[in-house]
Amino acid sequence: MEVDELECLPRLPRVAVCGGTHGNELSGVYLVRELLKMEKKVTKEEEEEDERVSVLMVLSNPRAMLQCRRYVDTDLNRCFTRATLNGPVSDVAPYEITRALELNRMLGPKGSPAAVDLVCDLHNTTANMGLCLIAYSDCDWICLHIFKHLQREMPDVPIRFIHFDVSSKESYSLDSVGKHGFAMEIGPQPHGVVRSNVYTAMRVGVQNMLDWVRFFNSGTIFEGGFVEVFSMVKHIDYPRDRETRTITAAIHPQLQDRDFCLLHPGDPLFQTFSGETLPYKGKEPLYPFFINECAYYEKGIALSLARKRRVMIPSIRVQTEQEQESYVQEFTSEEEE
Amino acid sequence: MSSFNSIVSLEEARRVAIFGGTHGNEMSGVTLVNLWVKNGAEIQRKGVETKPFITNPKAVEKCARYVDTDLNRAFTPENLSAPQGDNQPYEVQRAQEINGIFGPKGSPDAYDVIFDLHNTTSNMGCTLILESSKDHFNLQMMNYIKKAIAPSSCLVLLNEHPLLKYSTSRSIAKHPVGLEVGPQPQGVLRSNIFEAMRVILKHALDFIELFNEGMEFPSCTVEVFRVLERIDYPRDANGNIIAMVHPNLQDCDWEPLNPGDPMFQTFDGKTIRFQGSGTVYPTFINEAAYYEKQQAFVTTRRESLVASSIRKV
Repeated sequence: MEVDELECLPRLPRVAVCGGTHGNELSGVYLVRELLKMEKKVTKEEEEEDERVSVLMVLSNPRAMLQCRRYVDTDLNRCFTRATLNGPVSDVAPYEITRALELNRMLGPKGSPAAVDLVCDLHNTTANMGLCLIAYSDCDWICLHIFKHLQREMPDVPIRFIHFDVSSKESYSLDSVGKHGFAMEIGPQPHGVVRSNVYTAMRVGVQNMLDWVRFFNSGTIFEGGFVEVFSMVKHIDYPRDRETRTITAAIHPQLQDRDFCLLHPGDPLFQTFSGETLPYKGKEPLYPFFINECAYYEKGIALSLARKRRVMIPSIRVQTEQEQESYVQEFTSEEEE
Repeated sequence: MSSFNSIVSLEEARRVAIFGGTHGNEMSGVTLVNLWVKNGAEIQRKGVETKPFITNPKAVEKCARYVDTDLNRAFTPENLSAPQGDNQPYEVQRAQEINGIFGPKGSPDAYDVIFDLHNTTSNMGCTLILESSKDHFNLQMMNYIKKAIAPSSCLVLLNEHPLLKYSTSRSIAKHPVGLEVGPQPQGVLRSNIFEAMRVILKHALDFIELFNEGMEFPSCTVEVFRVLERIDYPRDANGNIIAMVHPNLQDCDWEPLNPGDPMFQTFDGKTIRFQGSGTVYPTFINEAAYYEKQQAFVTTRRESLVASSIRKV
């Protein structure tokens, strides 16, 4: 890639900020509630002035929020596969499936030109991960430039980009409904609790993200360069009793809270209840994250492991109207072919 | 009030229970009790029958605090004397069953000691919860534990408040002892928290064994934090929370909170200050389960209690 390469990308007129996708991850719940309150106070003039971006605030899983639980019937953030979204509508469907179809109508349909341009889905984790942007692609320049912007604007907060290599055919989370999307995951915070430092980081993160979109839509050129990305490699489950499947060891105290600290073969991984240390048996040193995330016990995940990579991102700016028109024509004629 | 010189003679503590899973998502107690139900060697002591017991198995299975209602508030005289039946909330039925096995509450047949294992999302470290300032056996036990784990600390919270005291599962015993260790998120097992709880129980059981063997424990003073009042989150007219525990107060359990100190922070960043008349010691700061109980934290004051000398009868 040439150093002076500049990619021109379509405008992002519609952004969705979603909280409460998991009803007990409270920073997002309170932040979206607060943003909805503030939105009511904005005057008509102010609204007309800021035509650069239209922001939809969504509380994704209201029933789970009422009960302060992750979900009612099934994890909402696994319901956005094409199979589920195109599946049959049923009166007796789990609540979250019905809700996923509603959200897909509101923010999508996924994969269509009518979908919102960007989805930012707010989450908390019990793991000591700081602020992470989690996305399916390592070449979505919009998401990666937002990441670069947050790192620059929030130097006091550890900010990282996690890439899950899942194809758009198999993508399952709410953020996959938009043309671009990512989850903003902040921890550590216990579920059912709002910690002011975590809430503030999320509020500032969302503000900076929306500012970036406004700058982008106004024509600002964002310089490219190298960014560091953590690409998910595998998960490791807890050691379990063969018959009962109950957990027989906990994350080792030397690993607890050390998300993104390189884990070498032989390093302590688990500590059994009789005090024995179980080491990491992998061959390759990898970066652990989601260490001891509460919600993942039932998914069989004690921690996830990633490789750290440097990704080169190009400079970008928004397409002019002319460029947009010819892009659309090209898009349409491709479809016709 | 006993004088410094009199020795209180008490019955041996022969029957001891260790309750885990009173809240099904507080994982240290669930894990420890399940371990000891399988192999109880670690908790056996000469002359003591120690029974590990999961109090709320349905909540444990769901990894939820409770199914219908909080078990740790369910041991009221009304619930315990109510006619048994399937139409009662699950936890009320459970309270009646547990009262039958380990009580009856208030009778001479009740268990001598019950340890009830809990975790909190608050940064309380190791805390022992005392329900009566006149329980000299418990005061001596807590003094013993504090000395045994020094220089690590273990604080004592006294909840004798006429309105804020509640009917805990351990309250059926003659000597109820609450063990609260944090911070730990609900549903999560942290090995350091798990080990800390295990060590405290080890010393507690050692104390009981020594007492039963005839050791006399001389009079001592025990520093406790006495519960004063519950402070709720600021709320709007609809009951919605409008502010969070202030970053200066978050994680500062047991540290002095002075009038004028930051207490809450609104969602748009304004500070709300503590308006009390004097310095208090807050605890249970930002406990997840207490949002629904209208409690952001509890205030306490420091007191020194005198424990009489004790010896078995």
